[in-house]
Amino acid sequence: MPEIRVTPLGAGQDVGRSCILVSIGGKNVMLDCGMHMGFNDDRRFPDFSYITRNGRLTDFLDCVIISHFHLDHCGALPYFSEMVGYDGPIYMTHPTQAICPILLEDYRKIAVDKKGEANFFTSQMIKDCMKKVVAVHLHQTVQVDDELEIKAYYAGHVLGAAMFQIKVGSESVVYTGDYNMTPDRHLGAAWIDKCRPNLLITESTYATTIRDSKRCRERDFLKKVHEAVERGGKVLIPVFALGRAQELCILLETFWERMNLKAPIYFSTGLTEKANHYYKLFITWTNQKIRKTFVQRNMFEFKHIKAFDRAFADNPGPMVVFATPGMLHAGQSLQIFRKWAGNEKNMVIMPGYCVQGTVGHKILSGQRKLEMEGRQVLEVKMQVEYMSFSAHADAKGIMQLVGQAEPESVLLVHGEAKKMEFLKQKIEQEFRVSCYMPANGETVTLPTSPSIPVGISLGLLKREMAQGLLPDAKKPRLLHGTLIMKDSNFRLVSSEQALKELGLAEHQLRFTCRVHLHDPRKEQETAMRVYSHLKSVLKEHCVQHLPDGSVTVESILIQAAAHSEDPGTKVLLVSWTYQDEELGSHLTSLLKKGLPQAAS
Amino acid sequence: MCLVLSNQKSNMKLYCLSGHPTLPCNVLKFKSTTIMLDCGLDMTSTLNFLPLPLVQSPRLSNLPGWSLKDGNAFLDKELKECSGHVFVDSVPEFCLPETELIDLSTVDVILISNYHCMMALPYITEHTGFTGTVYATEPTVQIGRLLMEELVNFIERVPKAQSASLWKNKDIQRLLPSPLKDAVEVSTWRRCYTMQEVNSALSKIQLVGYSQKIELFGAVQVTPLSSGYALGSSNWIIQSHYEKVSYVSGSSLLTTHPQPMDQASLKNSDVLVLTGLTQIPTANPDGMVGEFCSNLALTVRNGGNVLVPCYPSGVIYDLLECLYQYIDSAGLSNIPFYFISPVANSSLEFSQIFAEWLCHNKQTKVYLPEPPFPHAELIQTNKLKHYPSLHGDFSSDFRQPCVVFTGHPSLRFGDVVHFMELWGKSSLNTVIFTEPDFSYLEALAPYQPLAMKCIYCPIDTRLNFIQVSKLLKEVQPLHVVCPEQYTQPPPAQSHRMDLMIDCQPPAMSYRRAEVLALPFKRRYEKIEIMPELADSLVPMEIKPGISLATVSAVLHTKDNKHVLQPPPRPTQPTGGKKRKRASDDIPDCKVLKPLLSGSIPVEQFVQALEKHGFSDIKVEDTAKGHIVLLQEAETLIQIEEDSTHIICDNDEMLRVRLRDLVLKFLQKF
Repeated sequence: MPEIRVTPLGAGQDVGRSCILVSIGGKNVMLDCGMHMGFNDDRRFPDFSYITRNGRLTDFLDCVIISHFHLDHCGALPYFSEMVGYDGPIYMTHPTQAICPILLEDYRKIAVDKKGEANFFTSQMIKDCMKKVVAVHLHQTVQVDDELEIKAYYAGHVLGAAMFQIKVGSESVVYTGDYNMTPDRHLGAAWIDKCRPNLLITESTYATTIRDSKRCRERDFLKKVHEAVERGGKVLIPVFALGRAQELCILLETFWERMNLKAPIYFSTGLTEKANHYYKLFITWTNQKIRKTFVQRNMFEFKHIKAFDRAFADNPGPMVVFATPGMLHAGQSLQIFRKWAGNEKNMVIMPGYCVQGTVGHKILSGQRKLEMEGRQVLEVKMQVEYMSFSAHADAKGIMQLVGQAEPESVLLVHGEAKKMEFLKQKIEQEFRVSCYMPANGETVTLPTSPSIPVGISLGLLKREMAQGLLPDAKKPRLLHGTLIMKDSNFRLVSSEQALKELGLAEHQLRFTCRVHLHDPRKEQETAMRVYSHLKSVLKEHCVQHLPDGSVTVESILIQAAAHSEDPGTKVLLVSWTYQDEELGSHLTSLLKKGLPQAAS
Repeated sequence: MCLVLSNQKSNMKLYCLSGHPTLPCNVLKFKSTTIMLDCGLDMTSTLNFLPLPLVQSPRLSNLPGWSLKDGNAFLDKELKECSGHVFVDSVPEFCLPETELIDLSTVDVILISNYHCMMALPYITEHTGFTGTVYATEPTVQIGRLLMEELVNFIERVPKAQSASLWKNKDIQRLLPSPLKDAVEVSTWRRCYTMQEVNSALSKIQLVGYSQKIELFGAVQVTPLSSGYALGSSNWIIQSHYEKVSYVSGSSLLTTHPQPMDQASLKNSDVLVLTGLTQIPTANPDGMVGEFCSNLALTVRNGGNVLVPCYPSGVIYDLLECLYQYIDSAGLSNIPFYFISPVANSSLEFSQIFAEWLCHNKQTKVYLPEPPFPHAELIQTNKLKHYPSLHGDFSSDFRQPCVVFTGHPSLRFGDVVHFMELWGKSSLNTVIFTEPDFSYLEALAPYQPLAMKCIYCPIDTRLNFIQVSKLLKEVQPLHVVCPEQYTQPPPAQSHRMDLMIDCQPPAMSYRRAEVLALPFKRRYEKIEIMPELADSLVPMEIKPGISLATVSAVLHTKDNKHVLQPPPRPTQPTGGKKRKRASDDIPDCKVLKPLLSGSIPVEQFVQALEKHGFSDIKVEDTAKGHIVLLQEAETLIQIEEDSTHIICDNDEMLRVRLRDLVLKFLQKF
């Protein structure tokens, strides 16, 4: 029985280190290869020994697909390909291919240079890993091999994010990666056609949330920034270089323009400026409004937002600073935070999720006295705000996507178990499909029953369809033929053609039955009586009386002969081939009953 | 829903609506779909018209009217004479594809291969009752829009009151001098469309990506492939499960800026339609670019200006890139380069955002991230300036000597007309023709006599005949279909037998308004066997590697897809009403008996008979086989190599027993 098997190595009832193994139609595909932000030990990467204990990665996997550049989806890639060892193809979109190595390098630097980790992947490994990448276009059907094909759909979320359809024959799986069902200020909404996959694997970060309107959150954000600036405060917005940073920049830029504000906005240099370049060059991946107007005004060329210099932090007066990284765990954002934390006029806005252990997480959970290195204690007097600008689909969005794709079943990943449980029930109720939520290392097996495509000879098909065009066309018809299976080539042909192609002769099986009939008349007359009887009884068949005295019913031959011993008895010889078996048998039993007297 | 029931003889046809080999417009009837392949607009017709000057030109407005030899001057309002050539003084008109050969409202889809081949789109989608969908890649649509916008702008900003039509009268046209006398299809010539029509036409386009499989009505699949000629340019595969047409249009194997051509996917075609080869088969594009640069440098060094009539997108990107590398070494750093077009800015901007459609080198630059084309740097350093028109900012910035890129390459409208008038009188200046679409001599005719130098460096990167024959050897289509121009050497070089398509079997050629029946031998169709039916099949191995299974199944056909389902369980006839109702649902279940094959080994057969309780068995040899006699049952079985004949009394039980015994030795089909 064919089946689809899914095993999450990461992101099973969890957010982080997304990595899902899918076996479909005899092919093995790995979806994403991420790292976990909450761990610094072995658990930060997916457990590839699940595969390697049975052999090499390259032998097992037919391909790897990366949905987008966030590190929890691609952060383990160089480790996976260069240190564990994988030489097969890795598929991702062009923007992901462009941006992913930069984030990997950034990640490596923090891990190795700042935290001093040994045995981490190197810059060269990132380069070597990226050499294995094959870029895909949206909607392009990529033939991984003769049987396995993949296709990318727009996912919103971040620049270049894609959902992927994985297809073998008539079986298919769709993996959403992270996606957003509502367009925002710089990206469009995810979209997929009614592709009816056997299985939809969807993220479920916001499985239970129905978010209030984005407009409200944006207004709230702007109000807070505005108030802080008005009272002469400094606003720190820790961000990751790509993604929400651009969204918030566009937001502030347009607000500053509209309100004619003068307080400077800075963007910490390095990655972010570069990031804006990517957005400019990959503008075809942004939302329709930006694409339409980019010639007149490129939204990623900010008028009000200037590059930040470390010395600016001590400038008097209000300012807004975007600084990396987003969880205040290191780097410039943390430096600025330390400078500004003591002043209650200042404000820090955390626009995204923070992992446990980071300064970001601590202040969000209400801690106001932080122990810094060197036993220093930092008292936080500045205002701390949290605002979710994550570009994930909420429960409504997830349901919407399920409705769009019309899968036969759904599997949830990239979310918390409790919330998944809720969404699972909702999906099962609303769509009447089964929904799974395996934990890491747990395998879900779905039996499938794919139909088998074969080539039917046009002659045979048309013979049938021509009959189908008769008045009774609505009625389905029975088709009879022979399926020839040679290697993986299946052809359905007429039996005659099958015999001919195989160089076989037909074996004719014929029956001749003697039916004794009490009739003293001459043979010709007996035959005549048989003819008129059958003619009147078998109205649906073609009954003929031939010049040589014999009678035919369709292709069945009936001859009358004298009985060698009894002149009062005639012998009817009824002769038919195996193909006329039903009618032949029917005829003999009919004749055995004798001829009606009235017929004479 | 439409039912596909095609003859084994081909009913696949190609309707050829354009006679221009590089601006094709064909309609393919493929299975049940009607597919238009490109809709190119032949603009060479405009060469018969007087230029539209942007600034009043005393020279052009004072050209003498033309009169017949007998002095009859009734056409002098419509026709003007310039240096022995006669031109129509009217709004320029374009030669449309044939609209009468096939009812264009029946066209289901239009496939566009590149932005040059879509210029007739508004005429087709807006005026023929077309209700289908147009498919094209994003760069094709965006740049196509720019080309159309420029064209409309060029024509609309110089309103011309006069629209000449008298000369088109067949009886009058005969009297005119060449080339007007020989102009073809003049009755189909039309004025330019409006921006409103352009927008409406473009709104019917659905964007597609390379290698995207697009299903049409369940019967046909179309796929665009990179053709290497221009940003987003495509060839198309049109296929069903057992037939494949490749449509090759405007392809290039040279490495310029676009993604390389996808050749492998063209393999195994039944028919390959080949259009859009190079128009200058004898010129080497690389050599031409070199000549372009050196002539340009020579002119400006001598204090002259250079005029480059061009389209706002395409080769201009490559020329700017060459100049970028060449300017400093040639000491041209101080010479201003101007690019004047209503869409100049858009074109330069758009070129930078299609990373995914570019060649590998340019993609790599985007990954850095840097703009893929160096003209960004030329603009940044003020070496290249662009203007929407020569009015406005340009007139104040304008410094000579300089190099001006501007349209239209026909020299009949656009800012180029002004520069021809302005610079034509000085031999210091040079006009360099790089676009291959118009004969440069004809283009120059209304400007004669000219003092300025004219250099002809046509750059046409499309396939030449050597590349074509290599390509055909590589992809091996069963049949090639192409415009008739490609099946003979060019008229001017009739001895060059190498300048034509050479393939076996010879290419089928078409000309405007012809209909070709395409040679297909369809033998198979795809059908799906439902899993329940598949499970019930009993395959048996007939020969090593070949298995057979007899199939009796119910055929369902919907939306051009065929499906085989298991036959319903035979319901026992229970008579009366019930049976009647049941028979409505059951297909016509006259169960066909399979064919038989094999032979019966007599000895084993006799053993089998004995095992089943027959006794008194006698076997006689005959010429062709054996006769087995069951004396007790008065039954005789003739067994030969390919036949068995059971002759018995009317004892159905006996007959069926014997039948089943015989069948055990035979294979069913």
